[in-house]
Amino acid sequence: MNFIEWIKQPWPWYVAGPLIGLTVPILLIIGNKSFGISSSLRHVCAACVPSKIPFFHYDWKKEVWNLFFVAGIFFGGIIAAQLLANPEPVLVNAKLAEELSGYGITNYSGLVPVDIFNWPALLSAKGLIMMVAGGFLVGFGTRYAGGCTSGHAIMGLSTLQWPSLVATCCFMVGGFIMANLVLPFILSL
Amino acid sequence: MKDTNTVMPNTDFEVRSLDTMCVNAENRPAKWYANLKYLVVGIAFGIVFVKAEVISWFRIQEMFRLQSFHMYGIIGSAVVVGMISVWLIKKFNIKTIHGETIEFHPKKFNKGQIYGGLIFGFGWAITGACPGPLFAQIGTGATVVAVTLLSAIAGTWVYGYFREKLPH
Repeated sequence: MNFIEWIKQPWPWYVAGPLIGLTVPILLIIGNKSFGISSSLRHVCAACVPSKIPFFHYDWKKEVWNLFFVAGIFFGGIIAAQLLANPEPVLVNAKLAEELSGYGITNYSGLVPVDIFNWPALLSAKGLIMMVAGGFLVGFGTRYAGGCTSGHAIMGLSTLQWPSLVATCCFMVGGFIMANLVLPFILSL
Repeated sequence: MKDTNTVMPNTDFEVRSLDTMCVNAENRPAKWYANLKYLVVGIAFGIVFVKAEVISWFRIQEMFRLQSFHMYGIIGSAVVVGMISVWLIKKFNIKTIHGETIEFHPKKFNKGQIYGGLIFGFGWAITGACPGPLFAQIGTGATVVAVTLLSAIAGTWVYGYFREKLPH
């Protein structure tokens, strides 16, 4: 197996996790920046539609590094998909595959299931809830919590901040409730 | 009568006391291209996100159903590496490449971390993405996720609008 074939396989957790963790010291050392992604959404609001909301009146240009960072994540997505894509379908737990087939989700060609997330689906109740309402909860919740998985779970826990532990536990509790108790009804729509 | 057209300038303290993630303002005057280094780090980060399937809706579903160790391993090992790095930075008083002392910003507890945390958890399980993966998913060609991202920006805006009325 050559190098390119080898690197195209899905990377195991013990490779990816430490690399993601290294983002913390890298950002600190190259510019004294605390790792955090959801604040980029706030900077977009501050730059585009601050209205008269005090929360969006600050000098967002001084935080523009964060927008460069998320733009990089977008380009990283393009590079990974164009040059390093795994040609095999996504492997998932057999139990999950069985459950999802009951909702008509059978296409494992992409990391984002095309059976749910596609343009025509935006016109259906299920698609609206999954894409529009789901996105809204992500944006509203992360800002209300003061951070997301990167800012709280990774940066916050790395610096031993107990409020971040509270936030991380709440992320998980919310996710468990939604995935196990509510999502089955949404997916059956 | 109160003049509603006047926006009171917020002090940094007022705006940022509850929002610990907005403490990263650039203090040194720098040209725009100084930010390209963050673009490069972002690209590397995005590639890891995609290759480790962190941005996969399926992996997030497995995580919340306890059907796979993958995401727990990633988040757990990332936190361990982050902790060790921060400990080393403090222990050896490591400076930035510009010779500045590295600053850490303590987060204050407020109820938003509970309510907001739960709300984000709901959204995470539905969309299978936290804010970072949204950008990477669009990059991989799932263009419709741009709608989810716009909706997340709208959610952030609505939070800002109602912020004073929400319990914190």
